[in-house]
Amino acid sequence: MTAMPPNKMLKELKLENAAVGYQGEPVVKDANFRIVEGQIGCLLGPSGCGKSTLLRAIAGFEPLMAGSICLDNEVLSSPDELVSPEKRSIGMVFQDIALFPHLTIGANIAFGLKGWSKADTEARIDYLLDLVGLSGYKERYPHSLSGGQQQRVALARAIAPKPKLLLMDEPFSGLDAKLREELVPDIRAILLHEKVSAILVTHDQAEAFAMADQVAIMESGQILQVGTPYEIYHEPVSRFVAMFIGQGDFLPAVVCGSNCVHSDLGEIQGELDHGFASGEKVDLLVRPDDILHDDDSEFKGLIVSKWFRGSYFLYRVKLSSGKVIYCFASSHHNHSIGQEIGLSVHLDHLVMFPTEAKAA
Amino acid sequence: MSILTSTHPTSSSRSGISLLKLAALGVAILLAIPVFIIVVNIFLGGSDVWQHLYDTLLFDYVSNSLLLMVGVTLGTLVMGVPAAWLTSACDFPGRSVFSWALLLPLAMPAYIIAYTYTGLFDFAGPVQTFIRDVTGLGYGEYWFFEMRSLGGAFVMLALVLYPYVYLMSRAAFLEQSANTLEVCRTLGYSAPQAFFRLALPMARPAIVAGVTLAMMETLADYGTVQYFGVTTFTTGIMRTFYGFGDLAAASQLAGILLLFVAVLIFAERYSRRKIQYHASGLRKASQRKIQLKGVSAVLAFLACLLPIVGGFVLPAAVLLYWAVFEAQSVGWDFVSLSWNSFYLAALAALITVALALVLAYAARLHKQKSVQTAVVTAGLGYALPGTIIAIGVIVPLAWLDHRIIDGVQHLTGDRVGLVLSGTIVALLFAYTVRFMAVSLGSIQSGLGKVKPSMDMAGRSLGCTPAQVLRRIHVPLLRSSVLTALLIVFVDVLKELPATLILRPFNFNTLAVRAFELASDERLVDAAPASLMIVAVGLIPVILLSRSISSANH
Repeated sequence: MTAMPPNKMLKELKLENAAVGYQGEPVVKDANFRIVEGQIGCLLGPSGCGKSTLLRAIAGFEPLMAGSICLDNEVLSSPDELVSPEKRSIGMVFQDIALFPHLTIGANIAFGLKGWSKADTEARIDYLLDLVGLSGYKERYPHSLSGGQQQRVALARAIAPKPKLLLMDEPFSGLDAKLREELVPDIRAILLHEKVSAILVTHDQAEAFAMADQVAIMESGQILQVGTPYEIYHEPVSRFVAMFIGQGDFLPAVVCGSNCVHSDLGEIQGELDHGFASGEKVDLLVRPDDILHDDDSEFKGLIVSKWFRGSYFLYRVKLSSGKVIYCFASSHHNHSIGQEIGLSVHLDHLVMFPTEAKAA
Repeated sequence: MSILTSTHPTSSSRSGISLLKLAALGVAILLAIPVFIIVVNIFLGGSDVWQHLYDTLLFDYVSNSLLLMVGVTLGTLVMGVPAAWLTSACDFPGRSVFSWALLLPLAMPAYIIAYTYTGLFDFAGPVQTFIRDVTGLGYGEYWFFEMRSLGGAFVMLALVLYPYVYLMSRAAFLEQSANTLEVCRTLGYSAPQAFFRLALPMARPAIVAGVTLAMMETLADYGTVQYFGVTTFTTGIMRTFYGFGDLAAASQLAGILLLFVAVLIFAERYSRRKIQYHASGLRKASQRKIQLKGVSAVLAFLACLLPIVGGFVLPAAVLLYWAVFEAQSVGWDFVSLSWNSFYLAALAALITVALALVLAYAARLHKQKSVQTAVVTAGLGYALPGTIIAIGVIVPLAWLDHRIIDGVQHLTGDRVGLVLSGTIVALLFAYTVRFMAVSLGSIQSGLGKVKPSMDMAGRSLGCTPAQVLRRIHVPLLRSSVLTALLIVFVDVLKELPATLILRPFNFNTLAVRAFELASDERLVDAAPASLMIVAVGLIPVILLSRSISSANH
C-alpha cells in the first residue's frame, strides 16, 4: 500500500473571465468561478445555458477564446495555452456513464491507473468497489449492472487515479427519481470521504442543493450568481435566478421606508435595508414558505388550487387584488377549493426588483 | 495519430485543414466518378448505335425489366411476408429453425440457382426424362414449364431475393407493440382481422423497403437474364459494349437504368423514413405468440418450408450431387481460379474497409455538411448494378490509360500497355465503389457504440489520443471491422457482371468460370465453382442468422 501515489489535493481551481465557443461564436462568456480544497461546486442552469460547455473547457476538451482556467496557480487553459486533458489530473463522470463495454468492472476502474504496481492496482480496485458498495462485482461486465450501479462504477473509475478535481456532467439525469434520491447523498458522502473536490453540472436544483457547497447559476452563457444554496435561494440577484430556483411569485409593492414595503399583504418589514428609494414601485419575491396559513390574520385569500404533499399542504390563493400566490399550511389544515383562508407573512429579508415596464 | 485530437464535433474546425477530412473528401470524389460519368452521359448526344437501339431494342429492355420487377415483387411478397408474420407472431413446430433458415437463399447467387434449375427441369433433365419414361410420351407431346423464359427468371430471382422482404417485414412485425394489437382485439376484431387491418398496414413501409431492395437486385442481375435469354438493360449494356464496342451507347443505356434505380432509391429512403413513425411501443408483440394447431400448423409449416427448399436446399443438393458424382474432377485449373477469386476478394475487402474507416472517422469527427455529404456519396454505389459501375469505371480509366500511353511515348518513345483499365486495378476500383456502403454501414454502427464520452473518459483518465485509439477503439471496433471484411469478401466472390466486363485478359474467377461453363451448357462442370461460392456465401448468412436467433431469446 505504501507505494501508492499520495493524494494530490486541490488547493484552488479558478476561472477568470473564461469564454468558450465553437467556430468563433462564444457560447460562454466572462465566466468567473472558483472552488477550493474539498469543496463541491455546481453549475446549475436550464438546458442550453452553456454549463456543459464550460465543464468541458475545464476538462480540456474545449479551448478558451478568452480568459483563463488555473489549477493551483498553474494555467491550464488560456487563448494561447491548452494543457491536454490527459495531463490535467482532472477526472470526469459522464451523463451517459460511458463505461468501457469490453472491459470488466475491475478493468474499467483500473483503466486510469497507469504505472501502478499490480498489488496496488488490485488494492485500489477492491477499496473503491467497497466504497461504492459493489464488492464482488469486479469480474462482471458493465452490461450486467443496473443504471445506478453503473454510475457508481463510473465514479469509482473517475476517482481511482486520485485526480485533483472531479467533474460530473449531469451524472444522475439518466436515473429514475427514487434511485437519484438514494445516490446523490451517497456520492456526496463518498466525495467528502475521499476529500475529492468536484464540480457538478445539472439542471436540477434539488440535486444541486443536495450536493454542492457553491452553486453557480448560469443562463445564456453567463454566470448570473455564485453562492451557497442558501444564498441563491434567499438572496437571488436577478428575476431569472429568483424564478429558476424554487417556486414563488412577484407581488407588486411600493417602497415605504429603508427596510419596508407596502403591498396587498400590508406593510412588510425586512431585517436589512433594501436600498430602494421611498415611493418606488417594486416587485417583491414571495416564496411558498413566506406565506403561512393563519386563521387570525386580517389578510384573506381564496383557495384556487391545492396540492397535498404528505407533510404539508401547498395552496394557490387569490388575493383581493386578483394576484395569485402560494401559501404553506400544515397537513392538518385541509381546506377545500373556493374557501377563504387567513394568510400571515413571514418575510425576513426582502427580495425585490424594480417593476418592469409592462409591454404596451 | 491526430484523428482523435478533437473529440468535439465542431471544435476540429479551429485547427483549419484536417488531413482526415481531406482524405475523406478525396475518397468520396474518387468513388463518385463512375456515377458522375454515367449521369453526364445521359445528357450527351447519342451515337448511331444508340439510335438503332432506340428504334429496335429499347422497348424490349424497358418492358422486360419492368415485367421482371413486377414478377419479382409478387414472388417475394408471397414468399416473404407470410413467412415473416408466421415466424414472428405465431408458434408452430419448427418455428425457431425456420426463423433463421429462411435466410439461407441469401447465400445463393441468382445465376447459380438459374442454371441449377435449368439442369434439373429442362428437356434433357432428370425430371422430364422421368416423365417421358413413365408416360411413354415423346418430345412435343406433353406440356412442361419452360424454365428459360421471363417467367422462369422471375421465379429464380424471387426464390433468392425473398429474404430481403422477409428480413424487413419480420423486423417490423417484431417491433409492433403488443398493446396496439390488443387494442384492436378489444375493439372487436379477431386475430386474423387484426392482422389485415393493423399488423399488415403497420408493417407496410418495411415491406416496401424490402421489396425495393429486391427490385434493385433484380435490375442489377445479369447472369440469370443472360442465361435465360431475356433481354433487359443489363444484357443490353453488355451487348452494346461487347457486340458493338460502343462505350457511349452502353453508358447511355446505363444512364437510363440509373434513372430506374434512382426512383427505387427514393422509394426505399421514403419508406424507411416512414418506418420510424410506424414502429413504436415498448412491449413487443412477440411476448405472446398465437399457437397454431392442426391444419393451420401444417399450412404454416409448408409456407415456411417451401421457400427454403426452393431457394436453397434443392439447388444446393443438386450442386453437391453434380460436384461430387458427375463433374470432371477438379484440378489445377480450379485451384488457380479459387486463388484468383480469393486474393481479389481479400484485396478488395482490405481496401474497402480501410477507406470505410477513413470515411467513418471523418464523419464522426467532422460534423460539417461537406463531410457528411461526402460519406453519403461514397455509399451510393451499392444501389447501382455492377454493369453501370463497370462502365463508369472503364470510361475514365481508359481515358487515363491513353493519356499515360501517349505521355510515356512522348517522353521515352516506348509504347506501354494498359496500366489501369486492363488490370485488376479496374476491378478493385469497381468493387470498392460497389461495396463501400456495406463496409461503411458495419463500421459506422460499430463506431456508434464507442460513444464520444468514452473518448473523453479515456482522455480524462490520462490516455493520449493514440492510447484511446488502441485501448478503447481497437477492441470495440474489432468485430465490426471483421464483419465488414467478411461481407465485402463474400460479395466480391459472388459478383459477376462487373467482373466479366473489367477482368484482365485471360483472368478468371470462380464466378466468371461458373457462368461461362453454364453458358456453354456444361452445367455439371460448373458445379464445383458454384458450390464453392455458395459455401463461402453461407458464412455471413450464418452470422446474420445467429444474430437473429440470439435476438429471439
